[in-house]
This record gives sequence, C-alpha cells and structure tokens, in this order.
Amino acid sequence: MTMTMIKVDHLAVSYGHGDSILRVVNDVSFEVARGETFGLVGESGCGKSTVLGALAGRNRQWTGSIRIDDETIGQKRSISQLAKQQMVFQDPFGSIHPRHTIGRTLLEPLEIHGKDNRQERVEKALKDVGLPLNFRYRFPHQLSGGQRQRVAIARALILEPRILLLDEPTSALDVSIQAEILNLLKDLRDREKLTYILVSHDLAVVAHLCDRVAIMQNGGFVEVATKAQLLADTVAHPYTRVLMDGSRGYVASQRPVGVTAP
Amino acid sequence: MTQDPGTAMTKSGYFTDLHNWLINEDFTSTRQARLHKAYVAWLSLLANPLAFAGFAVVVTLVIIAALAPVLTVYDPYGQDLTMALKAPSASHWFGTDEFGRDVYTRIVYGARTTLYISILVTVIVAPIGFVIGASAGYLGGWVDVVLMRITDIFLSFPSLVLALAFSAALGPGIENAVIAIALTIWPPIARLARAETLTFRNADFVVAAELQGARMGRILLRHIVPLCAPSIIVRLTLNMSSIILTAAGLGFLGLGAQPPMAEWGAMAAAGRKYLLDAWWLTTIPGLAILVVSLAFNLFGDGLRDILDPRNA
Amino acid sequence: MLKPPENILTVQNMSVEFPTLSGVVTAVRNVSFSVGREKVGIIGESGSGKSTVGRAIMRLQPPQAVVKADRLQFEDINLLTVPEEQMLSVRGRRISMILQDPKYSLNPVMTVGEQIAETVILHERVSRKEARQRTLAMLERVNIRDPQRVFGLYPHEVSGGMGQRIMISMMLIASPSLIIADEPTSALDVTVRQQVLSILDDLVTERNLGLIFISHDLNLVRSFCDRVIIMYAGRVVETIATADLDDAQHPYTRGLLNALPSLDHPRDRLEVLRRDPAWLEN
Repeated sequence: MTMTMIKVDHLAVSYGHGDSILRVVNDVSFEVARGETFGLVGESGCGKSTVLGALAGRNRQWTGSIRIDDETIGQKRSISQLAKQQMVFQDPFGSIHPRHTIGRTLLEPLEIHGKDNRQERVEKALKDVGLPLNFRYRFPHQLSGGQRQRVAIARALILEPRILLLDEPTSALDVSIQAEILNLLKDLRDREKLTYILVSHDLAVVAHLCDRVAIMQNGGFVEVATKAQLLADTVAHPYTRVLMDGSRGYVASQRPVGVTAP
Repeated sequence: MTQDPGTAMTKSGYFTDLHNWLINEDFTSTRQARLHKAYVAWLSLLANPLAFAGFAVVVTLVIIAALAPVLTVYDPYGQDLTMALKAPSASHWFGTDEFGRDVYTRIVYGARTTLYISILVTVIVAPIGFVIGASAGYLGGWVDVVLMRITDIFLSFPSLVLALAFSAALGPGIENAVIAIALTIWPPIARLARAETLTFRNADFVVAAELQGARMGRILLRHIVPLCAPSIIVRLTLNMSSIILTAAGLGFLGLGAQPPMAEWGAMAAAGRKYLLDAWWLTTIPGLAILVVSLAFNLFGDGLRDILDPRNA
Repeated sequence: MLKPPENILTVQNMSVEFPTLSGVVTAVRNVSFSVGREKVGIIGESGSGKSTVGRAIMRLQPPQAVVKADRLQFEDINLLTVPEEQMLSVRGRRISMILQDPKYSLNPVMTVGEQIAETVILHERVSRKEARQRTLAMLERVNIRDPQRVFGLYPHEVSGGMGQRIMISMMLIASPSLIIADEPTSALDVTVRQQVLSILDDLVTERNLGLIFISHDLNLVRSFCDRVIIMYAGRVVETIATADLDDAQHPYTRGLLNALPSLDHPRDRLEVLRRDPAWLEN
C-alpha cells in the first residue's frame, strides 16, 4: 500500500461526440495522499466539476490514467471500485429522492451492494452525521437544507468509502449551516481517515478544509497552492489572487473601471 | 380538531386522536409515514367535491359489479318473449328489451363487462407503456429513436379506426376487443413515461444511485416509477372513459362483446331498432356510459391535483 | 446608530403577514429602518424576510399578503396609502429593483436595447430616436464596449454579467432615487461580480442615490455597503455601520461573523451558531 490514494495523469475530459465534441478538461495531473484533502477551485465552466465527475465515474469520456487506491481505473468500473469513492452533491434539494423516506434512501446502497446488518448500518450512518434516528421515517420535504445535506453525506458514507468527492457541498446553504457541515466534514475525515476532493468557488471554504488547492481556469491548472501559501498570501499566480480577493468580498474600485466582460 | 380536552374521551375523541396521529409528521414508523400520505390524500380528495363525486360513482360501479347477483332478481340472459319491449314499471325498473330481458339486470351485469374490459386494458397497457417509454427516455440514443418511431406510427392513426381494424382482423369477441383497445391506448402512456423519465434522468439522486452501482432495472423500478406513477395513474384514469367509450363503440358496431352478453354499447346498438317505440333501450345504457365515463374523468382530474409530485 | 441627514425612505414598524391554512404567518415583524443617500445592506439567512421587505417597499408583495406599518414614507409619497395608478409611476421610475437573474426580468422576444428604450419612452415621453441615443449612452456608461451591437441582442444571447449590467442600465436610465437590489450578484462569478458591483458603486455615488442591497453574503455587504441591517426570523436584530461590524453587539450578528470561514482569520473549527429563542422576543 502506497501513500498515494488518487493519482491522475494527463487527464482530459470531453463532452459530446463527432463534430460537436467539446473538450472541457485538458491534460491535468495530480496526486492526492491518503487522508489528504485536495481542493479544486475556479469559476463556472473551468472544468472543476468535470474532473470530479471523471473521478466519480459519472463522466466516462476521458483519456489519460486514473489510479485509485493502487488500482488502475477503466472507463467502466466494478461494483467494488464504485464503492471506493462516493459523491456529495451541491443541491441538497435535488440529490435525495423526493418520494423515498430517508431510511429508504440509506438502505438503497446497502441493497445494491448486498451488505448485511442493514438496520444497524442505517442507524450508525444517521448517528455519524448527527441526525436523530427517527428521521429515517421522514420524507425529504420535511427536512431543512442542512439536514438534507447531512442525509446526503450519510448516504455517501454508508458504503464505507475511502474517498468523498464533494461538489460545492455548502454553496446552497446559509452561512451558519455551512459552518455546521464544514465542521461535520472535518470530524468525519479525522475519525474515518477519509480522503476528500472538494470542489468550490469560494477560496475561504477551500482553505478552511483543504491541505492543497488546485486553481483551475479554462480546463487546466494554473497553480497548485498549499494551505500555508493561501493563508500567508504567498501564492504565485495573479488569477489565484483575484479569486482570493473575491472571497473577501468587494474591493472598492480602482477607477476608472476599465475591463469589459467577454 | 378543536376538541375541548374535557370531552376528549368520547367516541369522537378516539377519532380526534387517530386524526392527530395520522396528521402528525413526527413519524415513528414507516407504516405511519405511509398511512399519513394516504390520509392526506384522502383529506384532499374530500376537499374536492367534483373529484369526490367521481370517486363515489367509480366505487359504486365496483360494488354494483361485485354484487350483481344480489342486486337483481332476473336472469340477464333469460328470455321471455311475452314480456318483450315493456316500458319501465315497478317490476322492471328500466323496462325490458326485445327478447323480454330485464334492462335493469342487464345494466347491472353490463357493469361487470365494462369493468372487466377497462381493468384488463389498464393492466396490460400500464407496464407496456411504462417499460417502452422509460427505456427510451433512460437509454436515449438509437433505442429512443426506434421505440419512439414505433410509438409514433401507432399514434398517427385515430384510435377508434385502429381499434376497429384490429378487432376486425382478430375477429369479434370481448378478449379481442381488449387487445385491440390496448393497442391503441399504450402509445400516449409510453410518450408520457418517456417525458417524465427524461425530466428525472439526470437528477442528482439518479446519478447518485448510478454512482453507487444501481443497474438500469433498479433505477427504473425504484427511482423512476415512484415519480412517474402519479402522472401515469392520472392518465390511465382519464383514459378509462375513452376505453369505456371505445369498448361501447366496438360493441355498438358488433365487433366487441357478442350477444347475448350484457354490454352497454351492444345494448344501445340493439335498442336502436326500437328507438321510437322503446326509448329506454338506448337511453339507459347511454346514460350509464355517460355517467361512468364522466365520473372517471372527474376522478382523474382530482387525482392530478392530489398526486402531482410538484405539489409535494 | 447613524442617522443620515436626508432620508429617502423611512420604514417604521412594518409587518408583512401571510394568511395560510394553518393561521397567519408573519414573515416580517415590526421592522424599522431608514435609507439616505447611501448603500444599505440587508443581511439575513433564507426565510429571514429580507426579500419580503424589498418587495413590500415596492408594493410587489403577493396579493394575499397584508402589509402594516406605522409609517412607510418614500420622499413625498406615503407608500401605505398611495393609489396603485400613482404607484405605477413610482415603480421603475423613482424606485427601481434589480433581481438575481436578469434572464427572468427581461422580455425574451425583444432586443435588450428596445427594452431599455421602452423604459425611457414610458417614463419620460421622449422621441424614439432620443430614447435610442440615451440607451446607447447608458449602455456605454455600464462599460459595455460595443453598445450598438449589444442594443440589438436578445436576452438569451448575453452572458450573466452582461445581463446584469443591462439590467442596471435599464433600472438607472429613468434616474430613480432609490434602487433595491435583491441578490444582484449571487449568480455571478467573482471576477464578473467585482465589475458589476463597481459599476453599481460608481453610479450610486455619482448620482447620489440610495441603494438597498439585499444579500446573504456577509463579506460582500461588509465590503460594499455603508451600513448593514441584520435580519433574523423577520425581525431586525441589529443595524450597524459596516466599519463597526467587528464590534457588533447582537449574538446573532457575532455568530454569523464567526461562522464564516476566512482567509485572514483562519480557525480550526468554525463557530456554530446557537439560536437563542430570546431573539424572537420583541
């Protein structure tokens, strides 16, 4: 067993086929160590969610090589390879089946993978994410956004994955709820020795949770910065600094305001 | 609901407790969660008088069909030519037909035929329409193209003409009528299932199931069916009236139920010859068809309001 | 609390109630504040009633809602009693509203230029030619490089940032004295957001307007506005100058500030907001 949990080499991802093929991610390489949290930051359309989709198995139109837990991953994955990593989605209102009770939602992955002791596992998962046990009889519409995101995390954890892929897990939530979820993610990572990949547009959120951050623009990395670099403000690339300013809020204008958007 | 606590131990107190238990959203079991949903649906049905009226007629129809021998004194097939074409009276509420059979009895037994045809058609059509539509929507690509073009071919014929052609080819008889009607009813269901599937195809919760290794069958049955079911059920309920009308139409034209079977359409057709002398022979079956298909339509409209997933 | 010398808008004890099947829901309760020629932020979490306040000022609340207030004064107009016909000439002309997604606020079958020109003609009764000239000038003012081309574009042909700048030009062309911006930049990327906000900032300063900036983003309001009103569960819990936010008194405001991850003040664990039922009493 090596120290590397995820190794990505020359990953390129595209959508569509034939003449309308659109390459969204170009030649991206990185490694994530076991227990590390790696961030992907950028503006909309930069390809950060696409990289995550390729790692999750959602997007299969990729070239290059992906190794997860010392296993080379193909375009089609075995059921045990799928259980290695699980995804948490941005929108807690769209990521849970509206007509399934929470218990049903949590049982589903256990049935797919033929796990035993299902009731115990469901109870443990609810306890792990800090939800009361009787929530399993509720429907999603009875839950708040933060509670739904906890259910989504519980569903991801119930298969005991080694990796959690987090796609903007807090950007649809209020600030106070975001703090709860970020704390929960931190606790779970420390307790279960999980490896995270966190996609976000907010550098403050990423710097809070991640050890290293890749800053993406136009489908490629412009820089991979460490948490220390971000906090000490010693990043190399000007675009990284633009994003850092953005997470601090509005910067009173340096008149005249010249730039016009594309 | 606004009971004085002092009188809570009366009989209505029990119902109040039951109501509160059912309306309470702090579920303590899956059963309570399910009963709650059913109860809320029931309350919203009560709140919609037209839909409730439709529901009541449909339930009455089922009861009449089930209890037909108890509700009648005559034999639906027993001929008595001495009693032919008698006007409605105390002994023959809806009069008698040209063979002296009691029209009331035949209407009651005709309810069985009507229910038999419409339920059988629905049972055949629902899974076929869903599987074709949902597979096309879920898989996309050439599967979608092939399945939907087949659907389009069926859709491009007027349904009565298509049903006529099929029952003429298959030969008269009630089973063949069922098959012929089913062949004309499934394409709209398939279209609906495909459209519904497409809206949920890329929902995060479906992707989540895929990333956990769920296969197509499981996704369709476990994840898509609960979401499509309400609109398909509504559509099928609204279709009931057109099934009944088509069945009656086939019976009227002599291609559906064959004599001496009691079937409302065939009864109306047979009475046509005596329209001027014996108005009840055509009017009564016609009214029965009208009331039942109207009831199914009202009930279907109400169901749409109650079951619409977008209201959840 | 700072009292600006000249108030454009004064709100005193405003409540907004929605009758529902299970009783009356009070979305906004006894809210009082005033807006001068300044940028005032309204901060709150979802369901805090911040957007309802903005709509009630515009008299755009849903028909079943009941708005009550001791005073709702906009310049010389009493918004509580003014008839709807007169409100039509206030809305859009003297108070403008910018919403989160310009796609929903623009007519999809009319070019954006025509829509802005239409606003000018409607409010100022100028000729079509003059309206066009003023529209082009306004588009240039919001830093659109090629106003002639943009004039002829349809709403679906413009990007999010461009759309929001078009909305701003449309809202400002009638020279209102108060702008209500409801999450105007939440759908935009940070770089575009910066540009849109600096345009808004310049115009508000240059034309000496009042701006109500409704947002959930504390960092943004803090760096953009002069004062901030913090709302919780339909109530105003605190009104404070953004420069003094670090000295905020109310535990909710402090809780929000501490719950925010920050590049400048990293902490190992974010503080979790403890909601005190006492905050709901007043």
